[in-house]
Amino acid sequence: MSAVIESHDHEHHHGPAKGITRWFYTTNHKDIGTLYLWFSFAMFLIGGAMAMVIRAELFQPGMQIVEPEFYNQMLTLHGLIMVFGAVMPAFVGLANWLVPMMVGAPDMALPRMNNLSFWILPFAFTVLLSSLFMEGGAPNFGWTFYAPLSTTYAPPSVTFFIFSVHIMGASSIMGSINVIVTIMNMRAPGMTLMKMPLFVWSWLITAYLLIAVMPVLAGAVTMMLMDIHFGTSFFDAAGGGDPVLFQHIFWFFGHPEVYIMILPAFGITSHIIETFSRKQLFGHASMVWAMTSIAILSFVVWAHHMFTVGMPLAAELFFMWATMLIAVPTGVKVFNWVTTMFKGSITYETPMLFSIAFVVLFTIGGFSGLMLAITPADFQYHDTYFVVAHFHYVLVPGAIFSIMAAVYFWIPKWTGNMYDERLGKLHFWLSFIGVNVTFFPQHWIGLAGMPRRVPDYALQFADWNMVSSVGAFLFGASQILFLFIVIKTVMGGKKATPEVWEGARGLEWTVESPAPYHTFTTPPKVTQ
Amino acid sequence: MNEGGKKTIKLLCFAVLGMFTFSFALVPLYDVFCDITGLNGKVTQSTNAETSITAEGREIGLQFISHNNAGMPWVFKPSKKVLKIKTGTLHEATFYAKNTTNKIMTARAVNSVAPSNAKNYIKKIECFCFAEGIELMPGEEILLPIKMVVDNELPQEIKNIVLSYTIFDSNIEHSIIMNHDSDHEMEPSI
Repeated sequence: MSAVIESHDHEHHHGPAKGITRWFYTTNHKDIGTLYLWFSFAMFLIGGAMAMVIRAELFQPGMQIVEPEFYNQMLTLHGLIMVFGAVMPAFVGLANWLVPMMVGAPDMALPRMNNLSFWILPFAFTVLLSSLFMEGGAPNFGWTFYAPLSTTYAPPSVTFFIFSVHIMGASSIMGSINVIVTIMNMRAPGMTLMKMPLFVWSWLITAYLLIAVMPVLAGAVTMMLMDIHFGTSFFDAAGGGDPVLFQHIFWFFGHPEVYIMILPAFGITSHIIETFSRKQLFGHASMVWAMTSIAILSFVVWAHHMFTVGMPLAAELFFMWATMLIAVPTGVKVFNWVTTMFKGSITYETPMLFSIAFVVLFTIGGFSGLMLAITPADFQYHDTYFVVAHFHYVLVPGAIFSIMAAVYFWIPKWTGNMYDERLGKLHFWLSFIGVNVTFFPQHWIGLAGMPRRVPDYALQFADWNMVSSVGAFLFGASQILFLFIVIKTVMGGKKATPEVWEGARGLEWTVESPAPYHTFTTPPKVTQ
Repeated sequence: MNEGGKKTIKLLCFAVLGMFTFSFALVPLYDVFCDITGLNGKVTQSTNAETSITAEGREIGLQFISHNNAGMPWVFKPSKKVLKIKTGTLHEATFYAKNTTNKIMTARAVNSVAPSNAKNYIKKIECFCFAEGIELMPGEEILLPIKMVVDNELPQEIKNIVLSYTIFDSNIEHSIIMNHDSDHEMEPSI
């Protein structure tokens, strides 16, 4: 009798399906999280290879390796792939893996839509990348695709670009709806909103931002499509439109978008720093309020990307002050992380190293952002390498370091194996040195006047460009090591305990490592 | 899925649709905003220009500049580039345009004013830039008129006004075809 019950039980709590179709048909949040993470890793390597082409061309002044037209295509695709293909899907992957486990839910709220929102992504990027092989080449107008560069003067492949952005947008919107519904409706009993882990909070806010701005991006590309093919003149001055309108619409999406790429990083860093400091995070509630106010402010600062297009003085002052105001909640967060580490018994495992580097280097990126916020100074800095240095500091050692930290932190939970600590540390130091050697000199060549988005430059910028390229090759190569470490950990390694890290807090550390295929089918009781 | 979940999904779907609509609503909102603030410096036709023709005011500099949009072959230039005018008086100026090609072409001029806060004090009674299309036969020349008055209320700190006009080929097709075929006729865009 008991055998019968057991077999019935076994059938009910089945494991993953066999074969390749497991990945096509899966509705399991852990499978989909894995798919997202591998997809984003692949995109990271493709986008990274494009960055290598860019840095190789800039190694010396003069044109040596690629044609300027191809350089522009590399530049555009590098930006688009890193933003929409690497950083965003990586965070969605982490949300898939972690949000249900952190709130004590059995799965995401809408598992089939979850499958759909992942599986349309490879199509979007196949469409985008295939434009490289089309007549006239891939999009060459920069990731910001300003009209009329992206309308009147665009290569024919722009239509494919527009459709791929539509698909990416649909994927992000579905992902966000899923995250919000899961968080709002599937929390374990006792988990009030303010008791929620910060990664969950950061994703809740991010998902609302995505819901608010991805449709605006879809609207912008739809208007482009209509201008190009249906004879409208949204952005065409000859027909009564205005190209500056494009910039307003784009940055109304674009500024919240840059916070979409950093808020989940704030959540990740909070978890890692409190764990390795062996202290409770300082200021949980203030972290929540800081993230919320950053998100709200992100809607009223967009025009600081376009100070030089011509704006009334009052508007420039407003956007300058509003931008600087964001430094306040961001400062609160940095203060809280530092205070969490203060007098903690800190150990420096790889995730902690990446997180400390995140705090320091993201702050540097924040400060150069403050410099750029000063309107009169921005007239000087606008479209120089200083801007390139600024946003790479907040995105590479910001968003991407936090993703790497998250992978090292949670991979024992995902695979059941510990990663190789020695190799992890090596990866960290190579990346850390690589990132700084690449991007720090770009501040100087930017202040000295080197414009961004150029395949060639004046001789006085030669030395630091060469240094920057060497750093980029080091950073690029060290990501191959990262790939090796991840594969090695998936294949085997020291077995991880359920808790994995001494003093780790949160529901995900209460289940076994690797996490069973189904977790929290009966909701846990949240007390603390 | 419980009732609460269904409600959340519905609300979020409405939010997505709402924001998509909002992105299109930004187009007229931008025009209204520009009209109020003078942001893009476009002066529209004035209905109450006569009320600004009052006592002769102070002398200001007026400069006309012209641009041809990329690929626009016409000759297009102000008859007189720089002049001194008095505020509060009616002023007339002309632009010279010539179709240098051997086909019938329709053009459209877009105006802009600098500094942009002068915009609300410039009253245009007549301007070729209000026309939806200026059609010229091959080789035809024309003098395009402007009739305007600068209001006496113009802020004291503004001593010079630049009026800029850019001429566009209304029939230009979007160059998704890389080699622009100049004989290819297309419907004019709206």
